Amino acid sequence: MKKYKDVLFDPIFNNNPIGRQILGICSALAVTSKLETSIVMSMAVIFVLSFSNLSVSMIRKHIPNNIRIIVEMTIIASLVIIADQIIKAYAFDISKQLSVYVGLIITNCIIMGRAEAFALQNPPVVSFIDGIGNGLGYSFVLLVVGFFRELLGSGQLLGYQVLKLSTDGGWYVQNGLFLLSPSAFFLIGFMIWVIRTWKPEQVEEE
Amino acid sequence: MSSDSTKKTIFVALGVCFVCSVLVSTTAVSLNSIQKNNQKREKLKNILAAGDLLQKETTIEKTYQTNIDPVVIDIGSGKLLREDGVPPDLNIQNFDLKDVSKDPRLSETIPPDEDIANIKRRPKYMVVYRVMEGDSVSKYILPIYGKGLWSTMYGFIALDDDLRTIRGFTFYDHGETPGLGGEVDNPKWKQTWEGKMAFDQNRQLRIQVLKGSVDPSDPNSKFKVDGLSGSTLTTRGVDQLVRYWLGENGYGPFFDYLREEKS
Amino acid sequence: MFEEYLSLFIRSIFIENMALAFFLGMCTFLAVSKRVETAVGLGIAVVVVQSITVPMNNLIYHNLLKEGALGWLGLEDVNLTFIGLVTYIGVIAAMVQILEMTLDKFVPRLYNALGVFLPLITVNCAILGGTLFMVERTYTFGESVVFGVGSGTGFALAVIALAGITEKMRYSNVPAGLRGLGITFITVGLMAIAFMIFSGIQL
Repeated sequence: MKKYKDVLFDPIFNNNPIGRQILGICSALAVTSKLETSIVMSMAVIFVLSFSNLSVSMIRKHIPNNIRIIVEMTIIASLVIIADQIIKAYAFDISKQLSVYVGLIITNCIIMGRAEAFALQNPPVVSFIDGIGNGLGYSFVLLVVGFFRELLGSGQLLGYQVLKLSTDGGWYVQNGLFLLSPSAFFLIGFMIWVIRTWKPEQVEEE
Repeated sequence: MSSDSTKKTIFVALGVCFVCSVLVSTTAVSLNSIQKNNQKREKLKNILAAGDLLQKETTIEKTYQTNIDPVVIDIGSGKLLREDGVPPDLNIQNFDLKDVSKDPRLSETIPPDEDIANIKRRPKYMVVYRVMEGDSVSKYILPIYGKGLWSTMYGFIALDDDLRTIRGFTFYDHGETPGLGGEVDNPKWKQTWEGKMAFDQNRQLRIQVLKGSVDPSDPNSKFKVDGLSGSTLTTRGVDQLVRYWLGENGYGPFFDYLREEKS
Repeated sequence: MFEEYLSLFIRSIFIENMALAFFLGMCTFLAVSKRVETAVGLGIAVVVVQSITVPMNNLIYHNLLKEGALGWLGLEDVNLTFIGLVTYIGVIAAMVQILEMTLDKFVPRLYNALGVFLPLITVNCAILGGTLFMVERTYTFGESVVFGVGSGTGFALAVIALAGITEKMRYSNVPAGLRGLGITFITVGLMAIAFMIFSGIQL
């Protein structure tokens, strides 16, 4: 039981796919200008990651080595299409905002990376949990960045006005920088700093 | 059988392809109707929103059916086309500004000196939505588009039957910076357009989007709309596209035609 | 016509830079940006692959996948856009493979220089992203060629510039927690702000 717990929680702080393994950053940044899109994106990634791990692991003993990558790619692409279709059908407004980034989950290195590094060597259940764990690690970064960007950028959280804007007679002057792309880089940079100050063993060698 | 034999490779490859294709097609086919419906409703919703008719999510189709009457106009001459005059390539119910403005058969290039909205091409025919109250027209909902800072913005402007008062304004598709230029779809800002006058008594186009806020004591404030703070270029884009489409090279001839009809 | 292409080209390099404005290809971007030489290699590889795959996928989209595109087979109502994703990634993987083999056979020197980067490119979001943007923005074939070359060049420019900065950074005293990845993110953020000055350009 302890093993499952480790597999599930380790990727959140200790071995975060974004902060530690430098994987899957592309989509992490682009969809985080609002918390809502971050949440939907996180759910899509967790779904694809856990099921791709599960299916790769189930057929791991039968995949011929020379077509390994393309088989994994096909499975991942199919799962992404399913996720994309579901989002388009049940969350139409959000699917417009996510635009191409749902499709780009295919090239999210976390998914390929976990399939290669974990699912090919481990039985299905652990792989599935590893997928969820890494998905949560990814979501954690997305949600933190999305939280700060939406709060500081537009004074809202999930579309509700939390800080009253000066333009509506309140006190908060919105910080436009947080809605633009560079702020995501800064936030992740500082987040890595905070995590590494808390867990000094993650600091890189000079 | 070892995993690397040719037979097994082909077998696994085919098997994976088969399972994946079944899964993907099942999802796509079963969700297709919901997605189509979403897209259609989205379109109707935008039109209704511009005409200030949007009330409940559930009654969109019905409201549209009872209140809106789409007609095709020839932009150059401003004339309304009868059923038989409509080119066969044009689909009234499913008119998509984005596609039509790129289609070489249905659009034309704009001379650069007239192109203040920066759109390069425009459709030869437009579908205009008339809001009916009984048998008479109460408003006209006109499709408009133009360049903002990053993207081409697509929207509607609703004019009162007097052809002077703006009754609604909305963008349904744009790629402006969220929170800055992206505020063009902020309902509060759209509200500020309501009741503004596009033309003065002498039919001069006067509407203007300012770079700041409108001074309410200004006697001409009814011709002026607040700009969006922090997005000078998007604001300028909105100003230019509104003036292009309401001007002589846009819907001008259509307005003349309507006035003639009336008198 | 020429003017439009030029404007699209400039826009895709500077204003809508794949890496800095859309965050695409970040993984490879951060992984190889430690030395200028490797960055140049990756940059060139991306330009080459991007300028082949975007027009290629454009043809596939317009002739096979789009709603009504199969009209020549008598199947007007078929809409295959939903399998787009898997098709594009397949085309990209195949193109990369073919390119690798062709280079190996005919230009071994170039192959040795680019070889290691080519497989990496299949999973580079900038490549798939380029194709997806092309579809979303409904580019024509001509535009897709220009966009492919332009967006590839933009990506190359950003990687090489970042590698240059990172090389210099070795002489700076960076706080322990920020060392490596952290400071790179902040640098990229500053670079993205610098690239934003291009956004007002109207061509």
